[in-house]
Amino acid sequence: MALVPVLLEAAVRAGTPILLAALGELLAERAGVLNLGVEGMMLVGALAGFIVSQQSGGPWIGVLAAAIAGLMLSGVHAFLSVSLRANQVGSGLALAIFGMGLSGLFGKPFVGVPAEGFAPIAVPWLAEVPLLGRMFFQHDPLVYVAYLLVPSLWVLVYRTRLGLKVRAVGEHPRSADALGISVVVVRYSCVLAGGLMAGIGGAYLSLAYTQLWVDNMTAGRGWIALAMVIFGGWDPVRTALGAYLFGGVQALQLRLQAVGVTVPTYLLMMTPYAFTILALIAASASRARWRLGPPTALGTAYTRGE
Amino acid sequence: MLARWLIAVVIAMLASACGAAGGTPEALKVGFIYVGPVGDYGWSYAHDQGRKYLETTFPDVKTTYVESVPEGADAERVLTQLARSGHKVIFATSYGYMDTVLKVAERFPDVVFLHCSGHKRRANMGTYFGRMYQASYLSGLIAGTMTQKKRIGYVAPIPIPEVIRITNAFVLGVRAVDPEVNVHTVWTNAWYDPATESEAANSLLDVGVDVIATQSDSPAPVQTAERRGAYGVGFNTDASKFAPTKHLTSAIWNWGPYYVEAVKQVRARTWKSTDEWWPIGTGIVGLSPLGPVVPDTLKTLVEQRTQDLIAGRFDVFWGPIKDQSGNLRIAAGEKPADEVLLGMNWFVEGVTGTLPK
Repeated sequence: MALVPVLLEAAVRAGTPILLAALGELLAERAGVLNLGVEGMMLVGALAGFIVSQQSGGPWIGVLAAAIAGLMLSGVHAFLSVSLRANQVGSGLALAIFGMGLSGLFGKPFVGVPAEGFAPIAVPWLAEVPLLGRMFFQHDPLVYVAYLLVPSLWVLVYRTRLGLKVRAVGEHPRSADALGISVVVVRYSCVLAGGLMAGIGGAYLSLAYTQLWVDNMTAGRGWIALAMVIFGGWDPVRTALGAYLFGGVQALQLRLQAVGVTVPTYLLMMTPYAFTILALIAASASRARWRLGPPTALGTAYTRGE
Repeated sequence: MLARWLIAVVIAMLASACGAAGGTPEALKVGFIYVGPVGDYGWSYAHDQGRKYLETTFPDVKTTYVESVPEGADAERVLTQLARSGHKVIFATSYGYMDTVLKVAERFPDVVFLHCSGHKRRANMGTYFGRMYQASYLSGLIAGTMTQKKRIGYVAPIPIPEVIRITNAFVLGVRAVDPEVNVHTVWTNAWYDPATESEAANSLLDVGVDVIATQSDSPAPVQTAERRGAYGVGFNTDASKFAPTKHLTSAIWNWGPYYVEAVKQVRARTWKSTDEWWPIGTGIVGLSPLGPVVPDTLKTLVEQRTQDLIAGRFDVFWGPIKDQSGNLRIAAGEKPADEVLLGMNWFVEGVTGTLPK
């Protein structure tokens, strides 16, 4: 029956906000900075995108605002963890809570206000392909942005000098420094770019997936994004697969319920998370073979020695 | 969440300090604590609308609210703080505050505590709630008439008796106008997750329903229905803005009249600890204005049934009522006691979907 294409279509939809945020986090972590504030950056992005779109009537300007908002919030983390060498876990957690509070405070007047969001756009030619067209090419524009980001990021990380610098900073900042790479500049750029993408991920929630603002609307997706980076072994393509798979399992459990399949609901609700845990175990077990380990310097501040 | 709550407590303390200094001796201070943010556009939002109504009705009543208060030790601190700072009436608006309210009420016998949806009382602690299932039944009448595919989707939050009762009432309303209609339910297992609620609506639309009703907190399912050309029935607060052409109605809370009545009684010193479960006739629950697509004949039917409910000529769970597997649960002519309704843990006939065991 037609369940599979419908399911994949939903998987892409549900996976996209997580993917956008996860790709950003991946970049920051590749440079050695752990940013646990994804949830907060997504929320601030969701609100900024919604407000600007609602005031100006244009979702694209909204996305721009979301990106800037996410970037600015991540700037706080960059300053604390790179410049002041503060504990990255503490700073990231603070950022997550700060983002929740900030968006709740400024979002109050926008609760219950409708705004213009994205409508699905069929990709010319590709949307006509039987089955695949409906599944992958009749979505909101931000879905296509995410499609493009995955290979771009892969090329950036693995096939460019810039990516090599980023990885060097994340693996061994001292050597990178000795080679004349500015650890501070690379780390700042990657954290800021990560915040930008998390902001866009948030905007996907308030402008595409649902077109409204309500308090705390990410409902934990920022934390899932963090898990997806680990699941994907800090690789953009694997991270993307993880995000879509997560979206797919969630979509599946809702659809099984909708047709009245008698599977215990709690078991179904659990599946995406159980799946993540299993994937983490698998990733850890095969880490040596697949080189899926975290960047060596992840989470540690860099101080230039004397 | 925690940080916001701390800020709110500080503001509440400052507000009460100012109130003590500058208020007239007559001013009555009333406190509210909410489990969620007032920005949820759902449960806590509806209570806050009631608080505002109370302030407008009695200009000399000063209200303070603290939002996003987790159940447990945090709630105890907030309740104690409110009682200490001179609030004479305190509304606690979540079931999970029950034991905490009881504890704090023992320490402040001069303060009246009112707990929403609970069942524990003492001399200075009463309980209150509204018969939302009546409004839900009425919205079911409309949905059952408007569906053409004879399939309706229902987005449900968390499987507790209250949610099951309201869902059942909706289904009974649907089947009252057309016994061939099936209602497909999907649990999101969260009070609050707009994106998942939207995806739940999508999953129901994918199996071919043409009306989406919801009991979750956000208007996301109704908005999704509109975007995909299906009708929407909202819950908690009026969702019409999110589905301008396809919104049928929303079953909504209207706490204002109760808050006004309770405060009035406390001031007149006639208040006594009671269990208030207000029916639709009081206005505490009801339907939002019906959408433009709802035909006039249907409006007449809804109006008639509303009057029947108000006059007590009819109630939603009067027998005969069968459960999902066709067993008779409430016999013909039986009028179930409130205890039966409060403990409801089975789906009525006409639901396609499962109850977590």
